[in-house]
Amino acid sequence: MVSRTEAPVDTYAVAMSQQTQYAMLRARARQLWVQLTEGDKPWVRVGLGASGQAAGAEEVFEALKPYGPDGTQQINLSLVGAHGLMYLEPIVDVVVPKINRVFHANVTPEMVPDIIAHYVDGREQHPMHESAFAYADHRDAFTTHLPNWDELPTNSLQKKVLTENFGNIDPLDIFQYIAQDGYASLNKAVLSMTPDEVLEEVKTSGLRGRGGAAFPTGLKWSFLAPSPAPVKYVLCNCEEGDPGAFNDKGILESDPHRLIEGLILNGYATNSTHGVVFIRQGHEIPIEATRHAIDEAYANGILGENILGSDFSFEMEVSLTGDSYVAGEETAMMEAIEGKRSTPRYKPPFPAQAGLFQKPTNINNVKTIAYVPSIVGRGGNEFKNIGTESSSGTALVCLTGHIKRPGMYEVEMGMTIRQVLEDIGGGVPDGSERIKVLQTGGPLGGVLGEEAFDTEIDFDAMAEAGAILGSGGIIVGDESTDVVDLIRNLVAFNQFESCGKCFPCRLGNTHMLDVLDRMCKNEAQPGDMKLLETVGNNMKIGSLCGHGQLGYNPISSAINYFEEEFEQRFNGELEKSGPFGDGSMILPSRTRP
Amino acid sequence: MTTTQQQSRPKLRERIRAALESQSADKERPPSITVLSSLLAVQDDLHYIPDEAIEETAIFCDSTINDVWSVASFYTNFRFTPPGLTTVDVCWGPTCHLMGAQEVLAAVQEELGVEAEETSEDGKITLRYSTCLGACAQAPVIARDHVLKGGTNPNAARTFISDLRQELENGIAH
Repeated sequence: MVSRTEAPVDTYAVAMSQQTQYAMLRARARQLWVQLTEGDKPWVRVGLGASGQAAGAEEVFEALKPYGPDGTQQINLSLVGAHGLMYLEPIVDVVVPKINRVFHANVTPEMVPDIIAHYVDGREQHPMHESAFAYADHRDAFTTHLPNWDELPTNSLQKKVLTENFGNIDPLDIFQYIAQDGYASLNKAVLSMTPDEVLEEVKTSGLRGRGGAAFPTGLKWSFLAPSPAPVKYVLCNCEEGDPGAFNDKGILESDPHRLIEGLILNGYATNSTHGVVFIRQGHEIPIEATRHAIDEAYANGILGENILGSDFSFEMEVSLTGDSYVAGEETAMMEAIEGKRSTPRYKPPFPAQAGLFQKPTNINNVKTIAYVPSIVGRGGNEFKNIGTESSSGTALVCLTGHIKRPGMYEVEMGMTIRQVLEDIGGGVPDGSERIKVLQTGGPLGGVLGEEAFDTEIDFDAMAEAGAILGSGGIIVGDESTDVVDLIRNLVAFNQFESCGKCFPCRLGNTHMLDVLDRMCKNEAQPGDMKLLETVGNNMKIGSLCGHGQLGYNPISSAINYFEEEFEQRFNGELEKSGPFGDGSMILPSRTRP
Repeated sequence: MTTTQQQSRPKLRERIRAALESQSADKERPPSITVLSSLLAVQDDLHYIPDEAIEETAIFCDSTINDVWSVASFYTNFRFTPPGLTTVDVCWGPTCHLMGAQEVLAAVQEELGVEAEETSEDGKITLRYSTCLGACAQAPVIARDHVLKGGTNPNAARTFISDLRQELENGIAH
């Protein structure tokens, strides 16, 4: 033991003396972090998630490479995931050692030499590049003209629980996660808590599933925990086929270790042996980040036998699926992991009794699991105190469409939709007049009109307004939005993605699409509105999973808020929909055989 | 069928088997191998699923041609004819739809001279419609072999295709 009265000692020596694996990992992580943040070179970070890539961050990173470790070695250079403030991408963030951080927005490769000159060739001689838009930590002589990063409305109105590391750590470096106290919750759990105690914390937190159904997570886990089976699975669902939602992939590409820590904790609390992270093929950035993170966790004793020196062992792998939206349904997902067509199973048996490979199984969404490290670390009560009575915690909202500041924002439950749209999103972009319509919760979610914008972001309040919070996607349409055409787009998606197992869903979506297509072409027939309702209700009662059961949602909610527009369409009082003059829409022709 | 194609068939089978084996070869912790993972491995390598791959996967996974075909035909990313050198995805999801994806789709079709999810006549570029590419904040989004490009419009999309064509002609890609 090290005496408390001794002078400061080498952190390594302390760790060695404590003889815990985590203390040693943590000491190494701190050392590496200090080298980056307090060394003699600026540390330059580029946000490169899917959204960053789409904005051109890869080219910016290439332009920075000549200054980095493989070039003139004037800077340290890292890739980070998404910052969430996607309207500013590509974002380049420079840590000036021991002083502050400066953020540059909408950077192009051409700007790079001028940006870098300020940091490496003399701060006095080379003025700060005009792309700088915020500083953090400490305001110095060069940043007097800039706002504080944390005080930007897009940051100050967020409540960062899941996203606290976003943009701040390299997702491909486990030690940067550990330097932010990553895996401390796991260490605490496996060494000093029983599985039941971990489960109790999750129950106390009031956490509800973030995949759409909002089922209480602790209760779900408690179905699996008592089973004595020798092999039990906990699955993490990152199928995320919802168009307009990218927060699951956002977590994997920005902070994958948080998910891995959460999934191991899920396994520990339910006495499970195997974890699987389920991702759709083709999304290379989150897939690679997750695979890499799992490898790193194995290499550092965080996965495998005797995790962090405890007697708990747990295995984890990534399972890829082909393109199928229904694969996100939990029983269909198990079919896909088993390598079959991802169609839903009959329940019972429920997954906790006979799930993946007929073994007891629990399935949660990425966001749900990613909350667990902070719940276990800080206690369930602290999480319970965030948000509303019925929906504790935060919501990770993907704000897109006709909005000035699109992005991925984590807000406390209970904030109104209007606050998100106006205070964070900045309202409509230049050239638009007003927000007319919102589409929330994915293509099976709903449509909201202006009278619902004061609804609180809360599972139950949203459901009451006729929409679902679902995966957190909020798509904004301005006054030019053709609501029936938007609904046709959603129903076309649902029709294309129906797995075909239940005929009310398979045929119903096709019928509804036909009707909407007629309406968009001003060719509606008498009885069409009634037909939509009949078909929609039949789908609700005649389908195995949410894909059919909720398929009428977009239409019914749209009629609820925009009945007049449906009537005008029905009566042919509006111009034909779409940009082609004939009301047509380009759609894929493939269907599942 | 031409003679060259006939000669290449045994080689094709070899390549398929190599793709199937690669799932576990040299892996410290081999992943779970299934019919779906095997088909994904073949498509990653060949960019389509030839009939031979259905047969080889059935043998490799101890399954049947029927069962393998049922999986291959279900997931919409699988293709059964060889695609062009490059695949261009255009998103038609709701965010992109509101931001003008239909015009972008029409422009790309026109530039490629195709009317659906097809390959351009020169066999170089294959068009695919995507339900969501996952970068909705940058809508409308298109992609070239999974590399995303956001904030597009009909003119930018036309330039994107003609630049791509130029690049393929110069032999830079692949």
